[in-house]
Amino acid sequence: MRLLRIVPDDTKFDFMRFRRISFPMSALLSILAISLYFFHGLNFGIDFKGGTLIEVQSKTGPADLAKMRAALSALGLGEVQLQQFGAPNDVLIRIAEQPGGEVAQQQAVAKVRGALGNEVEYRRVEVVGPRVSGELLSYGVVGLMLAIFAILIYLWFRFEWQFALGAMIANVHDIVLTIGFMSITQVDFDLTSIAALLTILGYSLNDTVVIYDRIREMLRRYRKMPMPDLLNASVNQTLSRSVITHVTVSLALLALLLFGGQAIHSFTATMMFGVVLVGTYTSVFIASPILIYLGVGTGRDALTAPERKK
Amino acid sequence: MLYFTRWKAAAIMLTALIVCLFAVPNFLPDKMVQSWPKWAQRHVVLGLDLQGGSHILLEVDSNAVRKEKLESLRDDVRRVLRDARVGYTGLVVRGNSVEVRIREGSNFDQALEKLRELSQPIGGILGASSGQRSLDITTEADGLVRLTLTEPAITERIRQSVEQSIQIIERRVNELGTVEPLIQRQGIDRILVQVPGLQDPTRLKELLGKTAKLDFRMVDVSIPPEQAAQGRIPPDDEILYSSTQPRTPYLVEKRILVSGADLTDAQPGFDQRTSEPIVSFRFNTSGARKFAQVTQENVGKPFAIILDNQVISAPVIREPILGGSGQISGSFTVESANDLAILLRAGALPAPLTIIEERTVGPGLGQDSIAKGKLSSYVGAAMVIAFMLVTYGLFGLFANIAVAINVAMIFGILSMLNATLTLPGIAGIVLTVGIAVDSNVLIYERIREEVRAGRTPINAIDAGFSRALATILDSNITTFIAAAVLFYIGTGPVRGFAVTLGIGILTTVFTAFTLTRLIVAYWVRWRRPQRVPI
Repeated sequence: MRLLRIVPDDTKFDFMRFRRISFPMSALLSILAISLYFFHGLNFGIDFKGGTLIEVQSKTGPADLAKMRAALSALGLGEVQLQQFGAPNDVLIRIAEQPGGEVAQQQAVAKVRGALGNEVEYRRVEVVGPRVSGELLSYGVVGLMLAIFAILIYLWFRFEWQFALGAMIANVHDIVLTIGFMSITQVDFDLTSIAALLTILGYSLNDTVVIYDRIREMLRRYRKMPMPDLLNASVNQTLSRSVITHVTVSLALLALLLFGGQAIHSFTATMMFGVVLVGTYTSVFIASPILIYLGVGTGRDALTAPERKK
Repeated sequence: MLYFTRWKAAAIMLTALIVCLFAVPNFLPDKMVQSWPKWAQRHVVLGLDLQGGSHILLEVDSNAVRKEKLESLRDDVRRVLRDARVGYTGLVVRGNSVEVRIREGSNFDQALEKLRELSQPIGGILGASSGQRSLDITTEADGLVRLTLTEPAITERIRQSVEQSIQIIERRVNELGTVEPLIQRQGIDRILVQVPGLQDPTRLKELLGKTAKLDFRMVDVSIPPEQAAQGRIPPDDEILYSSTQPRTPYLVEKRILVSGADLTDAQPGFDQRTSEPIVSFRFNTSGARKFAQVTQENVGKPFAIILDNQVISAPVIREPILGGSGQISGSFTVESANDLAILLRAGALPAPLTIIEERTVGPGLGQDSIAKGKLSSYVGAAMVIAFMLVTYGLFGLFANIAVAINVAMIFGILSMLNATLTLPGIAGIVLTVGIAVDSNVLIYERIREEVRAGRTPINAIDAGFSRALATILDSNITTFIAAAVLFYIGTGPVRGFAVTLGIGILTTVFTAFTLTRLIVAYWVRWRRPQRVPI
């Protein structure tokens, strides 16, 4: 049986030359993502904003959104959002945080139950009070920072500081672009999104580390090769692996995206964007060429230079 | 890299087998597993998002605890000064302190000495060594003594309240007859209650939210409550309202005759004459004695039965109640009578609890999520398996075997830990399949490279393994760090994702370093290949 080869042997793409395009492009996209964050904003879910989320399923065929909206807006609960969620008889109700502390949130749920009565099945009710939402947000942000810092330390020990710094720049870039994606698509930004961001961080680094490992190996073997050539060779040698792995991860994510249901839809969509699109691009076009600027490999051909650590 | 001593190979296979075996109870009916020893019964617990249920986070009202603690301190000060016959003025609670001014001529030093005895070491006898005390006592020139509650003392009191509350909540929730409710402390002042399989958590929330402080007090009939409400409330009385609409005011004495703490039992029932639902109760000995005395002295007068500062009913005492039992009637439904009986049996909470977070998933959604999780896992696995076969042929099959064992081991470890599987957790497993394949891809691609570099097949396989494994370790540790952080900060479903992802990384590294190598090594020994089939 002839086996499938997606990437032919011995490719010689000049990835490093592309940096003259990829760096400005990434800079531009990052600025765009940051301005999106500030001017368009994220669609904070109740985890971080507080409030109530109720998923109901109409027991009598497709849900009548207009009727439900009328019934709920009469309750005086402020902003109430209704949205079809997956099937036509599933409706997601979002109620903004009620003034009056923790007790007021619970009263809001009781009112909704009263207004919609028994015509619907209550599939999910989530109420997050003001105190918890504040804590969850700070936990999320601190967690993300902590993860980036811990990984930075690890890479610094395993490689050299230039590699650690390069990987960090690449991955902050990933996170920034993903946040931009979340802003454009306005997916709910909640705890699951933090999980998605952390996983993207992990995977993207995984990819970067594989290429860095190869670069380190090449640095030891070819002491006189110019850096751009060496980096190109490293990326090309690992290209087949990068592509195959991304195909398998995409296949797994695709299954989750198509069949995993609404509950994890935004999670997988974000992952698909972050891991497959951005992560791959970053490790090839950002993480590797940036090593040139960070001064990796300069002076390694000088005979007086001390032997690098094994 | 391809040589394994016999005992090493056996150890690897045995480890994998044992870990996989732990997954078995998940796939057998409960009845069969019940007769097994406890350690073998361990299994994966479905998260609330999959089996349906309620996750409720409660917080003890720390202001109420503080206020109660300050008021009892004020009463202590009054008692101490009275007993010592020390004159004083201006005994008030101010902020976190109780202030009192010792009157001139009184023995100031002696009074101070007595007040100092109120300051206790924190944590009882066991905590005495910490040297922290419950009060800071300062004095000012004009005879003012300020007793301030220390922060550790308040924290300690909140901690105790949480502990008592947990016991009471356990009693209340167990009465609902649900399976395996989880009730545990979170942080200093919070309690997490997780109850699986509830259709409607309204009743649960009502049982959790009530303090259930029951008092019996006399009704003051000397002036009509409406008149008293307009500003002439006698100092020993207060106005309380009925629990039912319309809210009728009652003028009741502040003095508590008998409290709910003296109850030994409470049962729902029906009134024999009116057949209305009622709650009948029984006092303990001292409660019965007090109740008998009070009813003897007050025949013909009304008394009030008060629950959480609302008057449930205010019957007139027709005759002395000597038997130590009685009944409460007051527009109950069968269910509310039953709930009140549960609350009274379980006892009153030391301080009010507030629901600060609630997440409830109905059983219907849980079923759907399980079905969707299964479907997406099967489809994802099938696609990955097919892709690996097409790309690597026989070695793809080896990889698929390794990944299958990998997934079985994940379930085995999850079972050993009695871990909770959530929908994001299933996503974590599906992603692990993706990443587990990656370790094989790294190895195989390296072997391909070594072949191209001109090595003999066996040499190439050997070199492929040894070079790829270092990379696999490095790349997986970074993902593991992310998973660990996620576990640390996450709650509920997100933590479930972190757990499966983290365990998945461990098993992936294990299988890549041992099983995949072992399989390939046996194949090499068996076939002595002339070319590498990838």
